[in-house]
Amino acid sequence: MPMVNIAGKDYEVDEEGYLIDLSQWNEDIAKYMAVEEKVDLTEGHWEVVNFLREYYAEYQIAPAVRVLTKAIGKKLGPDKGNNKYLYELFPYGPAKQACKIAGLPKPTGCI
Amino acid sequence: MLHIVNKSATDRGSLESCLAMATKGSAVLLIEDAVYAATTGGAAAAKIQAASADLKIYALGPDLAARGMAARVLDGVNVVDYAGFVDLVAEHKSCQSWL
Amino acid sequence: MSDMDEMDDGSGIVKKFMFLNRKAPHGTVYALEGLEVVLITAAFDQDVSMVFTDDGVYQLLKGIDTKGIEVKDFSKTYRALDGYDIEKLYVDQASMDARGLTEDDLIVDVTVLSVDEMANLMAEQDVVISF
Repeated sequence: MPMVNIAGKDYEVDEEGYLIDLSQWNEDIAKYMAVEEKVDLTEGHWEVVNFLREYYAEYQIAPAVRVLTKAIGKKLGPDKGNNKYLYELFPYGPAKQACKIAGLPKPTGCI
Repeated sequence: MLHIVNKSATDRGSLESCLAMATKGSAVLLIEDAVYAATTGGAAAAKIQAASADLKIYALGPDLAARGMAARVLDGVNVVDYAGFVDLVAEHKSCQSWL
Repeated sequence: MSDMDEMDDGSGIVKKFMFLNRKAPHGTVYALEGLEVVLITAAFDQDVSMVFTDDGVYQLLKGIDTKGIEVKDFSKTYRALDGYDIEKLYVDQASMDARGLTEDDLIVDVTVLSVDEMANLMAEQDVVISF
């Protein structure tokens, strides 16, 4: 497995760059993943990343896009709970990019 | 509906669960170790015979033969070969394998 | 999370799918695999029922703690099913009785069915997938 070293700490990632050990996640590794994904992290990005981490802690899975969109809408309002907003934040898909930055495993059933 | 059971009734509860949930007129096919239930003298024989009033019971011949049970098949059990197995699957709208 | 959600199979046909769970949660991989298949199926807008009979009812127990055996606690995931619009969860009364369990012991809201009701539900499905 490839390793990433940030600020003197080693992180194990899979071939596609997803963090292996969720409990290692911190803001340093999130920022590193964001640079890899060419995402400039704003407050809006962090809101989604933190939401995903909370969702994972509660349900032990990363949500499908449809489910994420609905759940974000419920929590943060309809102006954020829609595909347009989420894809503006994560142009290559909230599934792939936001989960990776949040340190979650690769989504189930994702091609 | 076709129900398929492949585990021995004296080892697991799958045959019992199957018989409890198969509706009248359904087919039950016994394969692999489940074929022991379709033979005389076993603990499950009475259950199979009682069930055969409402259900069509089949057993796979090659599996009976491989277990030395070909000559001990219960009355009311229809023995099928692999082609018969395929026909059963094709004839029924849906199929449930009791793992 | 799946980008597959954006996909449309184009057929628009809705079939009745039953996922039948008959195994305890951790001794085999059936329960976890079954749950993953259900979550993927949810993306295709089908009429999904999840049924728990025999040892399968043990999957839904409250208070599961898997830290000591170092496996994922997917019992929490059953509570996410509602968000996936999978709302038809059924358990078998006799299986619950045989294990000394009641609805209060379960982590999600379920409908408890008698063996006859379960048999009829199974008979009306287009597809039954067993785990």
